[in-house]
Amino acid sequence: MIKVNELHKSFGDNQVLKGITTEIGAQEVVCVIGPSGSGKSTFLRCLNRLEDITSGEVIIDGTNIADKSVNINRYRQDVGMVFQHFNLFPHKSVLENITLAPKKLGKGQKAELNEKAMQLLDKVGLREKANAYPSSLSGGQKQRVAIARALAMNPKIMLFDEPTSALDPELVGDVLAVMKDLANEGMTMVVVTHEMGFAKEVGDRVFFMDEGLVLEEGTPEEVFTHTKHERTQAFLSKIL
Amino acid sequence: MVINPQAFIDVIPFLIDGLWITLYITIFGVAIGCVIGTLFGLMSISRFRVVRFIAVTYVEIVRGTPLLAQIFFIHLGIPALIGHTFDPYITGVAIIGINSGAYIAEIVRGGVNSIDKGQMEAGRSLGLNSRQTMRYIIWPQALKVMIPPFGNQFVISLKDTSLLSSIAVAELMYSGRQYMTITFSAFETMFMVCIFYLIITIPASLLLRYLERRIDKS
Ligand SMILES: Nc1ncnc2c1ncn2[C@@H]1O[C@H](COP(=O)(O)OP(=O)(O)OP(=O)(O)O)[C@@H](O)[C@H]1O
Ligand SMILES: [Mg+2]
Repeated sequence: MIKVNELHKSFGDNQVLKGITTEIGAQEVVCVIGPSGSGKSTFLRCLNRLEDITSGEVIIDGTNIADKSVNINRYRQDVGMVFQHFNLFPHKSVLENITLAPKKLGKGQKAELNEKAMQLLDKVGLREKANAYPSSLSGGQKQRVAIARALAMNPKIMLFDEPTSALDPELVGDVLAVMKDLANEGMTMVVVTHEMGFAKEVGDRVFFMDEGLVLEEGTPEEVFTHTKHERTQAFLSKIL
Repeated sequence: MVINPQAFIDVIPFLIDGLWITLYITIFGVAIGCVIGTLFGLMSISRFRVVRFIAVTYVEIVRGTPLLAQIFFIHLGIPALIGHTFDPYITGVAIIGINSGAYIAEIVRGGVNSIDKGQMEAGRSLGLNSRQTMRYIIWPQALKVMIPPFGNQFVISLKDTSLLSSIAVAELMYSGRQYMTITFSAFETMFMVCIFYLIITIPASLLLRYLERRIDKS
Protein backbone atom coordinates (compact mmCIF):
# COMPACT_ATOMS: atom_id res chain seq x y z
CA MET A 1 0.00 0.00 0.00
CA ILE A 2 2.79 2.44 0.93
CA LYS A 3 6.29 1.96 -0.41
CA VAL A 4 9.03 4.33 0.60
CA ASN A 5 12.27 4.29 -1.31
CA GLU A 6 15.41 6.18 -0.28
CA LEU A 7 13.36 9.06 1.09
CA HIS A 8 15.46 12.13 1.76
CA LYS A 9 14.27 15.41 3.18
CA SER A 10 16.32 18.50 3.96
CA PHE A 11 15.38 21.89 5.31
CA GLY A 12 18.10 24.04 3.77
CA ASP A 13 21.36 22.50 4.94
CA ASN A 14 19.65 20.51 7.67
CA GLN A 15 19.29 16.92 6.50
CA VAL A 16 16.33 15.60 8.43
CA LEU A 17 15.50 12.34 6.64
CA LYS A 18 18.54 10.47 5.43
CA GLY A 19 17.25 7.76 3.16
CA ILE A 20 14.29 5.82 4.50
CA THR A 21 13.28 2.65 2.70
CA THR A 22 10.33 0.65 3.94
CA GLU A 23 6.98 -0.82 3.06
CA ILE A 24 3.65 -0.66 4.83
CA GLY A 25 0.97 -3.15 3.86
CA ALA A 26 -2.78 -2.65 3.57
CA GLN A 27 -4.58 -2.82 6.92
CA GLU A 28 -1.30 -2.62 8.76
CA VAL A 29 -0.89 -0.42 11.84
CA VAL A 30 2.61 1.01 12.13
CA CYS A 31 3.65 2.92 15.22
CA VAL A 32 6.60 5.27 14.85
CA ILE A 33 8.61 6.01 17.97
CA GLY A 34 11.87 7.80 18.58
CA PRO A 35 13.50 10.76 20.28
CA SER A 36 12.47 14.35 19.67
CA GLY A 37 13.93 15.78 16.48
CA SER A 38 14.58 12.37 14.94
CA GLY A 39 12.30 13.19 12.00
CA LYS A 40 9.11 11.31 12.91
CA SER A 41 6.76 14.16 12.02
CA THR A 42 8.71 14.98 8.89
CA PHE A 43 8.50 11.35 7.76
CA LEU A 44 4.75 11.30 8.32
CA ARG A 45 4.27 14.63 6.52
CA CYS A 46 6.17 13.33 3.52
CA LEU A 47 3.59 10.55 3.22
CA ASN A 48 0.95 13.09 2.15
CA ARG A 49 3.48 15.60 0.83
CA LEU A 50 2.67 18.23 3.40
CA GLU A 51 6.45 18.51 3.20
CA ASP A 52 8.06 18.62 -0.22
CA ILE A 53 10.13 15.52 -0.80
CA THR A 54 13.78 16.35 -1.47
CA SER A 55 14.58 13.04 -3.17
CA GLY A 56 13.46 9.44 -3.23
CA GLU A 57 10.08 7.87 -3.81
CA VAL A 58 6.86 7.58 -1.84
CA ILE A 59 4.62 5.20 -3.71
CA ILE A 60 1.02 4.93 -2.62
CA ASP A 61 -1.13 2.40 -4.43
CA GLY A 62 1.32 2.44 -7.30
CA THR A 63 1.62 6.23 -7.63
CA ASN A 64 4.85 7.98 -6.77
CA ILE A 65 3.68 11.12 -5.04
CA ALA A 66 7.18 12.58 -4.94
CA ASP A 67 6.56 13.19 -8.64
CA LYS A 68 5.58 16.86 -9.00
CA SER A 69 3.15 16.10 -11.84
CA VAL A 70 0.90 14.01 -9.56
CA ASN A 71 -2.35 15.75 -8.61
CA ILE A 72 -1.60 15.84 -4.92
CA ASN A 73 -5.03 17.19 -3.96
CA ARG A 74 -6.80 14.22 -5.42
CA TYR A 75 -4.40 11.88 -3.72
CA ARG A 76 -4.64 13.54 -0.30
CA GLN A 77 -8.34 12.71 -0.21
CA ASP A 78 -7.26 9.09 0.28
CA VAL A 79 -4.87 9.88 3.11
CA GLY A 80 -6.38 11.33 6.27
CA MET A 81 -4.23 13.16 8.78
CA VAL A 82 -4.71 13.85 12.46
CA PHE A 83 -2.51 16.50 14.10
CA GLN A 84 -1.14 16.88 17.57
CA HIS A 85 -2.98 20.19 18.03
CA PHE A 86 -6.21 19.03 16.33
CA ASN A 87 -6.34 22.00 13.93
CA LEU A 88 -10.12 22.09 13.93
CA PHE A 89 -11.68 25.01 12.09
CA PRO A 90 -12.73 27.33 14.94
CA HIS A 91 -15.26 29.27 12.85
CA LYS A 92 -17.22 26.13 11.95
CA SER A 93 -19.44 23.91 14.07
CA VAL A 94 -18.44 20.32 14.71
CA LEU A 95 -20.75 19.12 11.95
CA GLU A 96 -19.44 21.74 9.51
CA ASN A 97 -15.86 20.80 10.36
CA ILE A 98 -16.63 17.29 9.23
CA THR A 99 -18.66 18.13 6.12
CA LEU A 100 -16.69 21.11 4.81
CA ALA A 101 -14.18 19.24 2.67
CA PRO A 102 -16.56 16.57 1.30
CA LYS A 103 -19.07 19.31 0.40
CA LYS A 104 -16.56 21.57 -1.32
CA LEU A 105 -15.05 18.62 -3.14
CA GLY A 106 -18.43 17.41 -4.36
CA LYS A 107 -18.42 14.10 -2.53
CA GLY A 108 -22.21 13.87 -2.33
CA GLN A 109 -25.50 15.58 -1.62
CA LYS A 110 -25.74 17.83 1.39
CA ALA A 111 -28.26 15.64 3.26
CA GLU A 112 -26.29 12.51 2.58
CA LEU A 113 -23.04 14.09 3.78
CA ASN A 114 -24.70 15.39 6.94
CA GLU A 115 -26.09 11.94 7.62
CA LYS A 116 -22.65 10.42 7.12
CA ALA A 117 -21.12 13.02 9.44
CA MET A 118 -23.64 12.14 12.13
CA GLN A 119 -22.70 8.48 11.79
CA LEU A 120 -19.05 9.39 12.20
CA LEU A 121 -19.91 11.43 15.27
CA ASP A 122 -21.70 8.38 16.67
CA LYS A 123 -18.61 6.38 16.03
CA VAL A 124 -16.44 8.77 18.03
CA GLY A 125 -19.15 9.16 20.67
CA LEU A 126 -19.95 12.83 20.07
CA ARG A 127 -23.33 12.89 18.35
CA GLU A 128 -24.69 15.40 20.88
CA LYS A 129 -21.89 17.85 19.99
CA ALA A 130 -22.82 18.21 16.31
CA ASN A 131 -23.79 21.85 16.65
CA ALA A 132 -21.17 22.84 19.21
CA TYR A 133 -18.15 24.91 18.27
CA PRO A 134 -14.63 23.58 18.78
CA SER A 135 -13.83 26.14 21.49
CA SER A 136 -16.43 24.53 23.76
CA LEU A 137 -14.92 21.04 23.50
CA SER A 138 -12.28 19.37 25.66
CA GLY A 139 -9.01 18.36 24.03
CA GLY A 140 -10.07 14.73 23.82
CA GLN A 141 -13.35 15.68 22.19
CA LYS A 142 -11.56 17.95 19.73
CA GLN A 143 -9.24 15.17 18.70
CA ARG A 144 -12.13 12.77 18.18
CA VAL A 145 -13.84 15.35 15.98
CA ALA A 146 -10.58 15.72 14.06
CA ILE A 147 -10.54 11.98 13.49
CA ALA A 148 -14.16 12.05 12.30
CA ARG A 149 -13.29 14.96 9.99
CA ALA A 150 -10.47 12.97 8.40
CA LEU A 151 -12.66 9.89 8.06
CA ALA A 152 -15.36 11.86 6.25
CA MET A 153 -13.22 11.76 3.11
CA ASN A 154 -13.24 7.92 3.19
CA PRO A 155 -9.47 7.68 3.32
CA LYS A 156 -7.62 4.44 2.70
CA ILE A 157 -4.79 5.45 4.98
CA MET A 158 -4.78 7.45 8.21
CA LEU A 159 -1.74 9.31 9.52
CA PHE A 160 -1.58 10.35 13.17
CA ASP A 161 1.08 12.71 14.49
CA GLU A 162 1.19 12.37 18.27
CA PRO A 163 -2.60 12.54 18.52
CA THR A 164 -2.65 12.31 22.30
CA SER A 165 0.43 14.34 23.26
CA ALA A 166 -1.49 17.56 23.84
CA LEU A 167 -4.18 15.92 25.97
CA ASP A 168 -4.68 15.72 29.70
CA PRO A 169 -3.86 12.17 30.80
CA GLU A 170 -7.45 11.31 31.68
CA LEU A 171 -8.60 12.19 28.13
CA VAL A 172 -6.05 10.07 26.29
CA GLY A 173 -7.99 6.83 26.69
CA ASP A 174 -11.05 7.97 24.72
CA VAL A 175 -8.95 8.95 21.73
CA LEU A 176 -6.89 5.77 21.81
CA ALA A 177 -10.10 3.74 22.00
CA VAL A 178 -11.38 5.37 18.80
CA MET A 179 -8.06 4.66 17.10
CA LYS A 180 -8.16 1.07 18.25
CA ASP A 181 -11.64 0.62 16.77
CA LEU A 182 -10.36 2.05 13.53
CA ALA A 183 -7.45 -0.38 13.50
CA ASN A 184 -9.79 -3.29 14.16
CA GLU A 185 -11.90 -2.25 11.19
CA GLY A 186 -8.85 -2.72 9.04
CA MET A 187 -7.74 0.87 8.45
CA THR A 188 -4.13 1.25 7.34
CA MET A 189 -2.56 3.50 9.95
CA VAL A 190 0.77 5.18 10.59
CA VAL A 191 0.89 6.55 14.12
CA VAL A 192 3.67 8.66 15.59
CA THR A 193 3.22 8.16 19.31
CA HIS A 194 4.74 8.10 22.75
CA GLU A 195 2.02 5.73 23.96
CA MET A 196 4.02 2.51 24.20
CA GLY A 197 0.99 0.64 25.54
CA PHE A 198 -0.92 1.49 22.38
CA ALA A 199 2.05 0.52 20.19
CA LYS A 200 2.32 -2.86 21.90
CA GLU A 201 -1.35 -3.64 21.88
CA VAL A 202 -2.55 -2.22 18.56
CA GLY A 203 0.60 -1.89 16.45
CA ASP A 204 1.43 -4.60 13.95
CA ARG A 205 4.86 -3.12 13.57
CA VAL A 206 6.96 -0.55 15.33
CA PHE A 207 9.51 1.76 13.67
CA PHE A 208 12.18 3.23 15.86
CA MET A 209 13.50 6.40 14.24
CA ASP A 210 16.78 8.02 15.12
CA GLU A 211 18.59 10.87 13.37
CA GLY A 212 16.58 10.69 10.19
CA LEU A 213 16.62 6.93 9.72
CA VAL A 214 14.40 4.02 10.67
CA LEU A 215 17.02 2.39 12.81
CA GLU A 216 15.00 -0.59 13.88
CA GLU A 217 11.71 -2.04 12.78
CA GLY A 218 9.78 -5.14 13.72
CA THR A 219 6.79 -6.42 15.62
CA PRO A 220 6.22 -4.75 19.00
CA GLU A 221 7.56 -7.90 20.59
CA GLU A 222 10.77 -7.72 18.57
CA VAL A 223 11.38 -4.03 19.17
CA PHE A 224 10.35 -3.81 22.81
CA THR A 225 11.50 -7.18 24.14
CA HIS A 226 14.25 -8.35 21.82
CA THR A 227 15.71 -4.95 21.10
CA LYS A 228 18.67 -5.11 18.69
CA HIS A 229 20.14 -1.62 18.80
CA GLU A 230 21.72 0.06 21.72
CA ARG A 231 20.14 3.37 20.83
CA THR A 232 16.67 1.84 20.81
CA GLN A 233 17.39 0.32 24.18
CA ALA A 234 18.59 3.64 25.54
CA PHE A 235 15.46 5.37 24.26
CA LEU A 236 13.12 2.70 25.64
CA SER A 237 14.77 2.65 29.02
CA LYS A 238 14.28 6.39 29.25
CA ILE A 239 10.55 6.38 28.55
CA LEU A 240 9.33 3.07 29.99
CA MET B 1 -10.63 89.17 21.35
CA VAL B 2 -14.35 88.59 21.76
CA ILE B 3 -16.16 85.42 20.96
CA ASN B 4 -19.12 85.80 18.64
CA PRO B 5 -21.65 83.15 19.72
CA GLN B 6 -23.66 83.58 16.53
CA ALA B 7 -20.68 82.39 14.46
CA PHE B 8 -20.87 78.91 16.04
CA ILE B 9 -24.36 78.62 14.57
CA ASP B 10 -23.81 80.39 11.27
CA VAL B 11 -20.91 78.16 10.28
CA ILE B 12 -22.96 74.97 10.59
CA PRO B 13 -24.59 74.94 7.11
CA PHE B 14 -21.16 75.36 5.51
CA LEU B 15 -19.74 72.55 7.58
CA ILE B 16 -22.62 70.22 6.79
CA ASP B 17 -21.91 70.63 3.09
CA GLY B 18 -18.24 69.94 3.78
CA LEU B 19 -19.00 66.97 5.97
CA TRP B 20 -20.89 65.23 3.19
CA ILE B 21 -17.97 65.62 0.86
CA THR B 22 -15.60 64.35 3.54
CA LEU B 23 -17.80 61.29 3.98
CA TYR B 24 -18.14 60.64 0.26
CA ILE B 25 -14.42 60.88 -0.34
CA THR B 26 -13.63 58.70 2.67
CA ILE B 27 -16.15 56.02 1.75
CA PHE B 28 -15.24 55.83 -1.93
CA GLY B 29 -11.55 56.22 -1.19
CA VAL B 30 -11.46 53.51 1.44
CA ALA B 31 -13.57 51.25 -0.78
CA ILE B 32 -10.88 51.55 -3.44
CA GLY B 33 -8.32 51.10 -0.68
CA CYS B 34 -9.98 47.78 0.24
CA VAL B 35 -9.63 46.49 -3.29
CA ILE B 36 -6.01 47.66 -3.55
CA GLY B 37 -5.25 46.48 -0.02
CA THR B 38 -6.68 43.00 -0.51
CA LEU B 39 -4.80 42.60 -3.77
CA PHE B 40 -1.46 43.85 -2.48
CA GLY B 41 -1.91 42.20 0.91
CA LEU B 42 -2.35 38.80 -0.73
CA MET B 43 0.51 39.58 -3.10
CA SER B 44 2.77 40.24 -0.12
CA ILE B 45 2.29 36.66 1.07
CA SER B 46 2.63 35.13 -2.38
CA ARG B 47 4.97 32.24 -3.05
CA PHE B 48 6.60 34.23 -5.82
CA ARG B 49 9.38 36.56 -4.87
CA VAL B 50 8.71 39.06 -7.68
CA VAL B 51 5.08 39.40 -6.69
CA ARG B 52 6.04 39.89 -3.05
CA PHE B 53 8.60 42.48 -4.07
CA ILE B 54 6.04 44.52 -6.00
CA ALA B 55 3.66 44.53 -3.05
CA VAL B 56 6.30 45.43 -0.51
CA THR B 57 7.63 48.23 -2.71
CA TYR B 58 4.20 49.79 -3.04
CA VAL B 59 3.56 49.62 0.69
CA GLU B 60 6.94 51.07 1.57
CA ILE B 61 6.65 53.97 -0.89
CA VAL B 62 3.27 54.99 0.45
CA ARG B 63 4.20 54.52 4.09
CA GLY B 64 7.52 56.25 3.65
CA THR B 65 6.19 59.49 2.16
CA PRO B 66 3.96 62.12 3.78
CA LEU B 67 0.38 62.22 2.58
CA LEU B 68 0.74 65.88 1.63
CA ALA B 69 3.64 65.00 -0.67
CA GLN B 70 1.50 62.26 -2.26
CA ILE B 71 -1.32 64.75 -2.79
CA PHE B 72 0.91 67.31 -4.51
CA PHE B 73 2.69 64.64 -6.50
CA ILE B 74 -0.55 63.28 -7.92
CA HIS B 75 -2.40 66.57 -8.22
CA LEU B 76 0.46 68.70 -9.54
CA GLY B 77 3.36 66.43 -10.43
CA ILE B 78 1.66 63.89 -12.65
CA PRO B 79 -0.45 66.43 -14.61
CA ALA B 80 2.72 68.42 -15.30
CA LEU B 81 4.29 65.27 -16.73
CA ILE B 82 1.40 64.11 -18.91
CA GLY B 83 -0.06 67.51 -19.70
CA HIS B 84 -3.55 66.70 -18.46
CA THR B 85 -5.26 67.78 -15.25
CA PHE B 86 -7.84 65.85 -13.28
CA ASP B 87 -10.81 66.94 -11.26
CA PRO B 88 -9.57 67.45 -7.68
CA TYR B 89 -12.44 65.35 -6.33
CA ILE B 90 -11.43 62.39 -8.46
CA THR B 91 -7.82 62.96 -7.46
CA GLY B 92 -8.91 63.14 -3.82
CA VAL B 93 -10.71 59.81 -3.94
CA ALA B 94 -7.78 58.24 -5.77
CA ILE B 95 -5.28 59.52 -3.23
CA ILE B 96 -7.26 58.25 -0.26
CA GLY B 97 -7.60 54.92 -2.10
CA ILE B 98 -3.91 54.62 -2.87
CA ASN B 99 -2.89 55.74 0.58
CA SER B 100 -5.31 53.62 2.63
CA GLY B 101 -4.67 50.72 0.23
CA ALA B 102 -1.09 50.44 1.46
CA TYR B 103 -2.13 50.35 5.09
CA ILE B 104 -4.98 47.96 4.39
CA ALA B 105 -2.51 45.70 2.56
CA GLU B 106 -0.57 45.49 5.80
CA ILE B 107 -3.78 44.74 7.70
CA VAL B 108 -4.65 41.96 5.25
CA ARG B 109 -1.15 40.51 5.45
CA GLY B 110 -1.20 40.63 9.25
CA GLY B 111 -4.67 39.10 9.37
CA VAL B 112 -3.81 36.17 7.15
CA ASN B 113 -0.46 35.61 8.86
CA SER B 114 -2.15 35.59 12.26
CA ILE B 115 -4.04 32.42 11.37
CA ASP B 116 -2.29 29.33 12.67
CA LYS B 117 -0.29 27.43 10.05
CA GLY B 118 -2.09 24.28 11.14
CA GLN B 119 -5.32 25.57 9.59
CA MET B 120 -3.82 25.57 6.12
CA GLU B 121 -2.30 22.15 6.74
CA ALA B 122 -5.59 20.73 7.96
CA GLY B 123 -7.38 22.02 4.86
CA ARG B 124 -4.71 20.77 2.50
CA SER B 125 -4.55 17.37 4.21
CA LEU B 126 -8.25 16.90 3.46
CA GLY B 127 -7.63 17.39 -0.24
CA LEU B 128 -8.68 21.02 -0.60
CA ASN B 129 -6.37 22.98 -2.87
CA SER B 130 -4.69 26.12 -1.62
CA ARG B 131 -7.29 28.42 -3.11
CA GLN B 132 -10.18 26.50 -1.53
CA THR B 133 -8.41 26.38 1.82
CA MET B 134 -7.78 30.09 1.62
CA ARG B 135 -11.36 30.89 0.74
CA TYR B 136 -13.25 28.62 3.13
CA ILE B 137 -10.86 28.32 6.06
CA ILE B 138 -8.21 31.02 6.26
CA TRP B 139 -10.02 34.06 4.86
CA PRO B 140 -13.14 33.92 7.07
CA GLN B 141 -10.96 33.73 10.17
CA ALA B 142 -8.57 36.42 8.95
CA LEU B 143 -11.44 38.81 8.19
CA LYS B 144 -12.48 38.74 11.82
CA VAL B 145 -8.97 39.63 12.91
CA MET B 146 -8.89 42.44 10.37
CA ILE B 147 -12.05 44.25 11.48
CA PRO B 148 -10.59 46.31 14.35
CA PRO B 149 -7.48 47.57 12.51
CA PHE B 150 -9.60 48.21 9.45
CA GLY B 151 -12.02 50.35 11.45
CA ASN B 152 -9.05 52.20 12.83
CA GLN B 153 -7.76 52.84 9.30
CA PHE B 154 -11.17 54.17 8.28
CA VAL B 155 -11.00 56.79 11.02
CA ILE B 156 -7.43 57.71 10.05
CA SER B 157 -8.41 58.09 6.38
CA LEU B 158 -11.38 60.21 7.34
CA LYS B 159 -9.09 62.60 9.17
CA ASP B 160 -6.57 62.43 6.32
CA THR B 161 -9.12 63.89 3.91
CA SER B 162 -8.60 67.24 5.67
CA LEU B 163 -5.30 67.53 3.79
CA LEU B 164 -7.24 67.56 0.53
CA SER B 165 -8.24 71.12 1.46
CA SER B 166 -4.82 72.03 0.10
CA ILE B 167 -6.00 71.18 -3.44
CA ALA B 168 -9.38 72.92 -3.11
CA VAL B 169 -11.51 69.89 -2.43
CA ALA B 170 -14.42 71.45 -0.56
CA GLU B 171 -14.49 68.92 2.27
CA LEU B 172 -15.03 69.78 5.91
CA MET B 173 -11.69 71.48 6.55
CA TYR B 174 -11.85 73.49 3.35
CA SER B 175 -15.39 74.65 4.09
CA GLY B 176 -14.25 75.83 7.49
CA ARG B 177 -11.34 77.72 5.99
CA GLN B 178 -13.61 79.37 3.43
CA TYR B 179 -15.98 80.54 6.12
CA MET B 180 -13.09 81.75 8.24
CA THR B 181 -11.61 83.92 5.47
CA ILE B 182 -14.95 85.59 4.93
CA THR B 183 -15.86 86.20 8.56
CA PHE B 184 -12.49 86.23 10.38
CA SER B 185 -14.05 84.18 13.21
CA ALA B 186 -11.14 81.73 13.38
CA PHE B 187 -11.75 80.38 16.86
CA GLU B 188 -15.46 79.73 16.41
CA THR B 189 -15.00 78.12 12.99
CA MET B 190 -12.10 75.85 13.86
CA PHE B 191 -13.76 74.85 17.11
CA MET B 192 -16.81 73.74 15.14
CA VAL B 193 -14.68 71.98 12.51
CA CYS B 194 -13.15 69.87 15.28
CA ILE B 195 -16.59 69.15 16.70
CA PHE B 196 -17.75 67.98 13.28
CA TYR B 197 -14.83 65.56 12.95
CA LEU B 198 -15.58 64.23 16.42
CA ILE B 199 -19.25 63.74 15.53
CA ILE B 200 -18.06 61.07 13.12
CA THR B 201 -14.94 59.72 14.79
CA ILE B 202 -16.28 59.22 18.33
CA PRO B 203 -19.25 57.05 17.32
CA ALA B 204 -16.94 55.19 14.93
CA SER B 205 -14.53 54.45 17.79
CA LEU B 206 -17.36 53.32 20.03
CA LEU B 207 -18.71 51.04 17.33
CA LEU B 208 -15.23 49.62 16.87
CA ARG B 209 -14.81 48.89 20.54
CA TYR B 210 -18.18 47.21 20.58
CA LEU B 211 -17.21 45.04 17.58
CA GLU B 212 -13.87 44.19 19.19
CA ARG B 213 -15.60 43.00 22.33
CA ARG B 214 -17.98 40.86 20.31
CA ILE B 215 -15.12 39.35 18.34
CA ASP B 216 -13.20 38.59 21.52
CA LYS B 217 -16.18 36.72 22.84
CA SER B 218 -16.70 34.49 19.81
N1 LIG C 1 9.56 23.45 8.65
C1 LIG C 1 10.82 23.18 9.10
N2 LIG C 1 11.82 24.00 8.78
C2 LIG C 1 13.09 23.76 9.21
N3 LIG C 1 13.43 22.72 9.97
C3 LIG C 1 12.46 21.86 10.33
C4 LIG C 1 11.10 22.05 9.92
N4 LIG C 1 10.36 21.04 10.42
C5 LIG C 1 11.21 20.26 11.12
N5 LIG C 1 12.47 20.74 11.05
C6 LIG C 1 13.67 20.12 11.69
O1 LIG C 1 13.68 18.78 11.36
C7 LIG C 1 14.11 17.99 12.45
C8 LIG C 1 13.13 16.87 12.69
O2 LIG C 1 11.89 17.42 13.07
P1 LIG C 1 10.59 16.56 13.30
O3 LIG C 1 9.52 17.50 13.68
O4 LIG C 1 10.36 15.67 12.15
O5 LIG C 1 11.03 15.68 14.56
P2 LIG C 1 10.13 14.75 15.46
O6 LIG C 1 10.81 13.44 15.49
O7 LIG C 1 8.73 14.77 15.01
O8 LIG C 1 10.28 15.41 16.88
P3 LIG C 1 9.18 15.61 18.04
O9 LIG C 1 9.13 14.32 18.80
O10 LIG C 1 9.77 16.72 18.86
O11 LIG C 1 7.90 15.97 17.40
C9 LIG C 1 14.29 18.92 13.61
O12 LIG C 1 15.65 19.18 13.75
C10 LIG C 1 13.58 20.17 13.19
O13 LIG C 1 14.23 21.30 13.70
MG1 LIG D 1 6.90 15.59 15.79
